[in-house]
Amino acid sequence: MSHYFSEIFTGGKSLLVGLGVTFKALTSPVVTVQYPREKIDISPNMRGHIDLIKDSESKNGLHRCISCGLCARNCPCSCIVVKGEKQEGVKGKVLKIFTLEFSKCSLCGLCVESCPTSAIDFSDEYELAAFSREAFNFDLLKRVQQGDTK
Amino acid sequence: MDFIVDIIAKYSLVRILISFSLLIAIIMLNAIVMGYLERKICARIQRRWGPMEVGVQGWMQMFLDGVKLLAKQLIVPREANPFLFRMAPLLCFTPVAMAFAVIPFSESFYAMDLNIGLIYLLAMGSLNVFAILIAGWSSNNKYSLFGALRSVAQNVAYEIPILLSLLAVVLVTTSFNFKEIVAYQSGLLSFWMCQPVAFIIFLVAGCAETNRVPFDLPEAESELTAGYFTEYGGFSFGLFAIAEYGNLFIMSSVATTVFLGGWNGPFGLDFYSGPILGVFWFLLKVFILMLIMIWVRWTYPRVRFDQLMNLSWKYLIPFSLVNLLITAFIVKII
Amino acid sequence: MGTLTTRFSTIQDPDEKHKFLLNMGPQHPCTHGVLRIVLEMDGEYAMGIDPILGYGHRMHEKMAECRQWSGFYPNTGRIDYGGAIPYNHGYCALIERMAGIEVPERAEYIRVITVELNRIASHFLGVGAYVIDLGAFTPILYMFDDREDILDALEDITGSRLTYCHHRVGGVSKDIDDLFIKRTRAIIKNIRSRFDMYDRLVTGNIIFQKRTKDVGIIPVEMARRYGATGPVLRGSGLGFDIRKNEPYSVYPEFDFDIPTGENGDAFDRYMVRMLELEQSLRIIEQALDKLPDGPVMAKVKRVKLQPGDCSFSVEAARGMLTYYLVGDGSNVPYKLKIRVPSYSNLSLLEELCKGSLIADLVSAMGSLDLIIPEIDR
Repeated sequence: MSHYFSEIFTGGKSLLVGLGVTFKALTSPVVTVQYPREKIDISPNMRGHIDLIKDSESKNGLHRCISCGLCARNCPCSCIVVKGEKQEGVKGKVLKIFTLEFSKCSLCGLCVESCPTSAIDFSDEYELAAFSREAFNFDLLKRVQQGDTK
Repeated sequence: MDFIVDIIAKYSLVRILISFSLLIAIIMLNAIVMGYLERKICARIQRRWGPMEVGVQGWMQMFLDGVKLLAKQLIVPREANPFLFRMAPLLCFTPVAMAFAVIPFSESFYAMDLNIGLIYLLAMGSLNVFAILIAGWSSNNKYSLFGALRSVAQNVAYEIPILLSLLAVVLVTTSFNFKEIVAYQSGLLSFWMCQPVAFIIFLVAGCAETNRVPFDLPEAESELTAGYFTEYGGFSFGLFAIAEYGNLFIMSSVATTVFLGGWNGPFGLDFYSGPILGVFWFLLKVFILMLIMIWVRWTYPRVRFDQLMNLSWKYLIPFSLVNLLITAFIVKII
Repeated sequence: MGTLTTRFSTIQDPDEKHKFLLNMGPQHPCTHGVLRIVLEMDGEYAMGIDPILGYGHRMHEKMAECRQWSGFYPNTGRIDYGGAIPYNHGYCALIERMAGIEVPERAEYIRVITVELNRIASHFLGVGAYVIDLGAFTPILYMFDDREDILDALEDITGSRLTYCHHRVGGVSKDIDDLFIKRTRAIIKNIRSRFDMYDRLVTGNIIFQKRTKDVGIIPVEMARRYGATGPVLRGSGLGFDIRKNEPYSVYPEFDFDIPTGENGDAFDRYMVRMLELEQSLRIIEQALDKLPDGPVMAKVKRVKLQPGDCSFSVEAARGMLTYYLVGDGSNVPYKLKIRVPSYSNLSLLEELCKGSLIADLVSAMGSLDLIIPEIDR
């Protein structure tokens, strides 16, 4: 019988204590932000899709890629295509195609690590949404030519 | 102006029509206000913003949600009983509208003054369970049926403590009439002070009667997806939600009238009262009770079904019976 | 009707015509994703339970056989998205064991720090989802508040928030800096200060206790029979933890306890998870104090998988995770077998919940903390 009453007492007390916790939360400030209008600063180390780094001091004045294709070979998802061409009067290959099929990419970062000239890096874009799959076939060479990279 | 007053006084049908359309407007408005408050308070308890986009602090969100629900197609499942399936939301809504007729918002602001107002209101409140049973059965969905059956058992078990706790007050007032119950509390005395046990029992049982967390077993989301209204969409779902908030309002207004002194101002000060201020005090008390229920909802987990029954039969009913006995004894002596 | 058949496709016995089948999932709020359970119900009692898997199957083990070992590495985090770093760690450690690569000490410490941070995040997710199963929606949001801090810190060093590919064969891809250390210490302090709040809001709550105590009792003998590991086994009272029993990495250098339960009920499993948070915090604290200087990446030449087999076990957030790899001398694994904890833990469910109320089934299943894609792989 004493168990019966003590349970009412302890149970009721625990319920009131719980209400106290939520009341404290009710009066404390909000921790979320209204996303599309406010944004939290993302970490500079965030791994977005890859981008060619713009480097005006490099040999071709645009990027450091030597079209070796290591990134494409190391990619687990085979989502990178790199093609270079021999050109008269230029030592080494000249980059012609550098595309990323982002819908396949798993953002592992193996390509960036394998690059011998550190020509590629992660971008900090995270708001990627589109209506078609083709929108995620990024032409990275075009992006660096147009100056869309960071 | 006199002409209109004359018509209203002369033809009771006109009076009924006017008061019912007013009541339905109040029910809808109540659902909108409560829906908004629930979302907003839940959000703040969880340290979120809640609706913010439509209007200042998102105050128009519920209106737009209502419009959205109205615009949706009413889908009747193939295997369902179409007639009962369509009837259930209306059946759920009607008793709420009828119960609102006797709620005394203030001394002179009510649709109907019944001698047995309290009993009528509780009777209407428990009609709700038929609609839930019909909705659950006609959906032809096992989860819905579970929800419906749970609801019936729950309402049967919790009607008893509600009646017993109210009876303790009625023993003192010797009347079921709301006006007289409130008049009894016009001084300093309210019944929650001299009947605290009955008041707590009524609140707990009222929570269970209106299917609120922690007693929301008929719609237990993580177990039964959505319980009895799993198959409902569009405005038939909206009617269930409106009726749920309507029931909440009814339970809170019974608690206010019987235990908190209805439209009387606090501390029995006369100059607070009056027909308009009375409505204010009444609504204030009702909304405080409803806000407490929202607060409770976003704090506790759900009880299990046998525990729900245990609570009623092992705790609430014995306590309310003892309370009733003691009250009867004291009333007899005095 | 689908092609999947269950043992209870129809109820045959005429004496049992009052029983009926209830299909729970694959879209049901309590099954956290894509688990489907067919229940043979007698009223509210589940008399027969038949979990049906395969709705989240992604052929991870086959994928491992089709590409170079390095190409499978990003997949490992996707197996258990709730606690991805132990999976990364296990795979890297497996390749290192096979190729005999020595990992720099600093890298091992960083690995332990990230693994334990991820374990805390995973336990917050598991416990929060469990409390949602019981009907309380608020605690998970408080837990996510803490979890978010951890994810932010992890994002700072790994670059992503859910499926980290931070560990590398031979070390880690990125060193941690003073900012991260400062941040992690702040997180530890913050989480410690919140334990009391969780106690008052969830653990002490009478309704929560009534819903979890004496529900889904797993005796030690039964847990061992099914090969259950992790908090499920420890909740039954057996303090088996790979970090202690089969030490790997630098775990022997840390002082921490293995919390165990007594009755093996859902409440004990919940408590084991909550107590493990504190133990993980202790490990991180010690690791930050002892953190040695040095490189974070060993010099790794091209790794060829030697002919022969090799296995490696780690303690993931949900229990013992074992990778078993058979190599044939090429770059591509001949066979990779992944032993995931949730699979064994789910196997318990049928014996555990036979004849219990549907509400108890939800409670017991939630306390197992299942990640369904991990089971399907």
